[in-house]
Amino acid sequence: MNSFTYTRAETVDTAIGEIKAHHTAKFIAGGTNILDLMKENVERPDHLVDITRLPLKQIETLPDGGLRLGALVTNADTAYHPEVQKRYPLLSKTILAGASAQLRNMATDGGNLFQRTRCYYFYDTATPCNKREPGSGCSAINGFNRIHAILGTSEHCIATHPSDMAVALAALEATIRVSGPNGERTLAMADFHRLPGDKPQYDNNLEAGEIVTSIDLPANGFANNYNYLKLRDRSSYAFALVSVAAALELEGDTIREARVALGGVAHMPWRKPEAEALLKGQKATKENFRKVAEALLEGAKGFGANTFKIELAPRAIVRALVMATEMKKK
Amino acid sequence: MAATTYVGKPISRVDGRAKVTGEAKYAGEFNTAGLVYGYVVSSAITKGKITKIDTSQALSIPGVLQVFTHENAPRPAHFDRSFKDDDAVAGAPLKPLYSPEIGFSMQPIALVVADTFEIARYAASLVEVEYKAEKPETDLTSKPKGHKAPKGKSGFTPPKDRGNAKKAFEMADVQFEAEYVHMPEHHNALEMFSSTVLMDEEGKLKIYDKTQSAFNSQKYITQVFGLSKDEARVVSPFVGGGFGSGLRPQYQLYLAVMAALELKRSVRVTLTRQQMFSLGHRPATLQTVSLGASEAGALQAIKHEALSETSRGEEYTEVIVNWSGSLYQCDNVKLDYYLRNLDVSTPMDMRAPGAATGVLATETAMDELSYKLGMDPLELRLLNYAEVNQLEGKPFSSKALRECYAQGAERFGWSRRNPVPRSTREGTKLIGWGMATGIWDAQQKKAAAKANLSVDGKLVVASGTADIGTGTYTAMSIIAAETLGLPIEAVTFKLGDTTLPEAPLEGGSWTVSSVGTAVQEACEAIGKKLFKLAKKLKDSPLKKAAFEDIAFADGRIQLKGNPSASVSIIETMRQTGINYIEEETTALPNFLKQMKYSRNTHSAVFVEVEVDEDLGQICVRRVVSAIAGGRVINPKTARSQILGGIVWGISMALHEESVLDHDFGRIMNHNLSEYHVPVNADIHDLEVIFVEEHDKIVNPLGAKGLGEIGLVGVAAAVGNAIYHATGKRVRDFPITLDKLL
Ligand SMILES: Cc1cc2nc3c(=O)[nH]c(=O)nc-3n(C[C@H](O)[C@H](O)[C@H](O)COP(=O)(O)OP(=O)(O)OC[C@H]3O[C@@H](n4cnc5c(N)ncnc54)[C@H](O)[C@@H]3O)c2cc1C
Ligand code: SF4
Repeated sequence: MNSFTYTRAETVDTAIGEIKAHHTAKFIAGGTNILDLMKENVERPDHLVDITRLPLKQIETLPDGGLRLGALVTNADTAYHPEVQKRYPLLSKTILAGASAQLRNMATDGGNLFQRTRCYYFYDTATPCNKREPGSGCSAINGFNRIHAILGTSEHCIATHPSDMAVALAALEATIRVSGPNGERTLAMADFHRLPGDKPQYDNNLEAGEIVTSIDLPANGFANNYNYLKLRDRSSYAFALVSVAAALELEGDTIREARVALGGVAHMPWRKPEAEALLKGQKATKENFRKVAEALLEGAKGFGANTFKIELAPRAIVRALVMATEMKKK
Repeated sequence: MAATTYVGKPISRVDGRAKVTGEAKYAGEFNTAGLVYGYVVSSAITKGKITKIDTSQALSIPGVLQVFTHENAPRPAHFDRSFKDDDAVAGAPLKPLYSPEIGFSMQPIALVVADTFEIARYAASLVEVEYKAEKPETDLTSKPKGHKAPKGKSGFTPPKDRGNAKKAFEMADVQFEAEYVHMPEHHNALEMFSSTVLMDEEGKLKIYDKTQSAFNSQKYITQVFGLSKDEARVVSPFVGGGFGSGLRPQYQLYLAVMAALELKRSVRVTLTRQQMFSLGHRPATLQTVSLGASEAGALQAIKHEALSETSRGEEYTEVIVNWSGSLYQCDNVKLDYYLRNLDVSTPMDMRAPGAATGVLATETAMDELSYKLGMDPLELRLLNYAEVNQLEGKPFSSKALRECYAQGAERFGWSRRNPVPRSTREGTKLIGWGMATGIWDAQQKKAAAKANLSVDGKLVVASGTADIGTGTYTAMSIIAAETLGLPIEAVTFKLGDTTLPEAPLEGGSWTVSSVGTAVQEACEAIGKKLFKLAKKLKDSPLKKAAFEDIAFADGRIQLKGNPSASVSIIETMRQTGINYIEEETTALPNFLKQMKYSRNTHSAVFVEVEVDEDLGQICVRRVVSAIAGGRVINPKTARSQILGGIVWGISMALHEESVLDHDFGRIMNHNLSEYHVPVNADIHDLEVIFVEEHDKIVNPLGAKGLGEIGLVGVAAAVGNAIYHATGKRVRDFPITLDKLL
C-alpha cells in the first residue's frame, strides 16, 4: 500500500473538485473494495476523497412512480428497505445473495457498481494483466480462468464484472445518475459498464472525475414473478460462477414481458432484449425458456477451465425462469 | 459422584472468556515501547535468480530503519543442521536471505524494518527487484513418476508388503482399480504467523511466537543464532489455530530475530494472508488403488501407490499408503510411496497428515468395489474387518470400530438405504448416502509437568505444551482437578513457555495422552505427599490406610469404602505447617507394554448429500460420525474437535484447493475470498457419537487423542454419497459443481 493523503468531502462539487486537484485521486465509499486493492498495490491513489458524508443517503419515490437509491445508501439498508422489499424484491434478493452481512453493512450502492473484477491475475501484481497494466498481456486467457467470461470477451481480457446487484439493476433497467466536471447526466444501466475490447483498463463508460449520485429504478419492479439464481462454489460469501436475474410479467400462462440478465459470464451484466422478446406473448414453458437461453448464449466461448459455464448458464436460465413462473400464477 | 469429578463431563473452556473478550493475547499482539515492524517482501517469480535488488527508494522513506536482502543480511549459521528443527525433514531447510536463488513462489527476499507497520509495508512496495526467471515445474500430474520416498522423520516407516499382491490381484474374481488425485491445501489458520521479539537491556530475547511448540522455536533460534537458552526465551500462550502449520518454525521467526539482533531493538514481523500461502501445505497427491476380491467380497489383494510432491530442497514424507495395510484383513498387500521434487515450498503436516489423503483414496475405492460386487458398502467393510493389524503383525490395544459402524449406522438410518445409485430424489434434488472408515494413531510421547499446591488450596500446574485451540488448558485443568479432588476453579494451568517443563510438539493427537499423563503423575506425586501428611494428623481417620485405599474428592482425602472418614486437604497442610507442595515429573510411555500392540483410533462416518440434478450444486445435509478414541476427557471440547474435523472433511471433499498457475508456478487463489472453505451456510446437521474404549495400554489415562480422527474418512464418505446420489464418480478432489454437469 502506498502513502496517500485523505480528505472528506461535504458536497458533491467539492468531491469532484478534489479528484481533479490531485494526480491519481480516488473516491472511497464503503472501502470494501478500494482498500483491498490498495493493500495489494493494484490501486495506488495518491489521495482518497471520502464521500461517505455526502447527502446521498436517501431512498425516495420518484414522480414517475420509480424509486431513487442514493449512491451512498448501504447495500444492507437497500436490501432491507420496505419499499425495495415490496416493490423490487428481485433487487433485495440479489443484494442479499452477495458478499456477507458485514460487507453489505459497509458497501454502498454506488461503490458496488465500481467494484473491480476478481480475476486472480488482476489482483496479483507479480503476473501480467492488461486491465491492471495495459499492454502487459492477459494471463488468464491461457491460465486459470475458471471464474472468467464466456461472452463478449476480447483477446485482451476475459474478466467478468463480479457484482450481483448490477445484474438485477440491468434486468430492471435502472438508470444511473452521475455528476461530473461537465455537469449532470444519466446513463442507462446497459450503457454504464462496457466490454473489454482493446481497452480492458476501463470497466465502465464514466469520464474522469464523475461521481454516481443515484441509481433510479423505473416503476415496474416485476414484484410478482422474479428470481435471482446464483451458482457458486459455496452457499455464501463467494462470487457467482453464473447468476441469473429473471423477471416476468405473466397473464395466466402467457408472458407479457420478460427480462433476463446474467452475471459471472461477461465484463458487464449480460442482457439481450432480442432474446427476451422471444418470450413476448409466449407460454411460460421450459421449451420457450430454452430458446431464450440459446439466444443469450449465442457466440459463447470457453477458455478451458471456464468452458463448463457454456453448459451451466442455459440450465441456470431455464431454472430461474421456471422458478419465477412458479412463484405466483395470476 | 463427587463434585470434583470432571473427567467425562462436558466442561466449558477455561480460557473461553479470555478469548472472547480479547484478553487472550496472541504472538503479534504483545507490545513494548520502541517496537519496530518488519514487512516481508516476497519473490514475484517461482524459480530463478535475483539479478538486481535496489532498496534505495525504500530506504529513503522517513521511518525506514533498514532493508535486509541477501546482499546485506547476516548469515549466522553455515550448516543445514543448524536450521533443523524438531520437525525438520531430510534435506536442506530454507535459509532466509542467504542467496539470490529463488526456489518457490513468494519466497521471502527482503525484510523492510520501519517505525510503523504502515511505513514498512509502503517501503516494501518500493523495493525494486530484477530477476532472471526460469520455467518452474509445479504440476505433479505432468509426469507421474517420482523416486521412492526415503525413511523420513520419525513417524514414517516404509510399509511392509505381504503376500503377493500382484498375483492375487490378477487372480481375483473381481478387480477394481482407479486413480485419485487431490490438490494442495494450505492450513490457513485464522491467526497469521507472527513473531514479536522483545529485547531487554542485556540483549536477551523474549520471543512471542505463533508455534505449536515453544521449545522447537527455541531450539531453532539458539542453533541458528548461537544463543543460549537463557538468551532466547520463547513464549506462546495462545495460538489462533495451527493444524500442523506451527510444527516447524516459519520464516517470520527467523527474520524477526535476525532483525532484532542486527538492529538491537524489539521487532515484530507478521505475515500477510497471501504470504501464508508461501508456507508448508498438504501436498498434492496422485494415488492408484487396486482391490481384488472374491465374489463374496473377501479382499484378496490391495495395492496402493501414492505419488506426492515435495520441494527441491527437502524430502517431506507422510504416512499415506500404510493405512491401507491396516484397515482391512487381507493377505496380499503392496504399498508404494513416491516423491517428486517440484518448485514449491516444502509441504508440512496438515491435520491428519497422510491419513486424510490416503484413506480418501482407499475408502473411495472400497465404495467403488462395493458397487462392483453388488454389496452394501458397510457390509463389505464388516466382512473384511481387521481383528489384528496385519501391517504391524500385532493385535490392537483396543478397537471399537465394529461398535462405531453399528451405532453410526443405527443413528443414521443406514438400513433404510436404497442401494441403487440415483434412486432417491426430492424435486430437482438427488439424494445420496455414503459412508467411510477412518483411522489414526494413538501415540504417547515423553512429556514433563510440574504442579504446585499451596496451602490456600490453589493448584498451579505447568507444562510447556501448546493450546492451538484444541482445549489443552481445559483438558489439563480437568485432569489436575480430578486427580487431586479439587474444584476446577482452584486450578491454573500454564503452557507455551520454554521456562516450563518440556513437552513435545503439539501435534499427532498426542497432547492429552502425553502431557495429560505427566500432569496426572505430578498431581499424584503431590497426592502421595498429602497422604503422608494426613496420616500424621492427630486422630487421622486414615492412619491405617494404604495409598490404594484412599481417594481425592471434594477437597478431601477420603477412604474409598467410607467417604465420611476423611480429612480436608487444606487443613492437612495447615496443621502440618506446610505452605506448599511442588512436584515435577517426566512421564514416559511404557514402551515395553505398548510395543506389543497397535494403538489406533477409529471412526465410521455416514453422510447424506443432496445434489441438484441440473445445476450440480452439492449440499451435505447430514453427517453422523462415530468415534472410537479411548476415554473422552472432556466431551464438550472433544465434540468440538470432531465437528471441526468433519467440517474440514467436507471442505476437502467440496471446496479446498490451492490452485496453481503452472506457467508461473504461483498459487492464484491466495486469499480467503477465493481459497474456499465452507461457510456456516454450508454446514448442516452434524452428529458425533463417542464409543468409549477402556484402554490402559495406550497410557494410564486411557485417552487416545481426538485431534485428527474426526477428519479422516469424511471426504471419502461425502464423495461416496455424491456417487450414490448421482451415479457419477468424481476422482479428483475437490468435487465442484462443474465436475457433476
Ligand atoms: C470478500 C468479499 C466478497 C464479496 N462478495 C461479493 C458478492 O458475492 N457479490 C457482490 O456483488 N459483491 C461482493 N463483494 C464486493 C462488494 O459488494 C463491493 O466491494 C462493494 O459493493 C463496494 O462498495 P464500497 O462502497 O465499499 O466501495 P469502495 O471500495 O469504497 O469503492 C469502490 C470503487 O468505487 C468508487 N466509488 C465508490 N462510490 C462511488 C461513487 N458514488 N461514484 C463514483 N465512484 C465511486 C471508488 O472510487 C472505488 O474505486 C465482495 C467483497 C469482498 C471483499
Ligand atoms: S482477464 Fe482481464 S483482468 Fe484478468 S488477467 Fe486478463 S486482462 Fe487482466
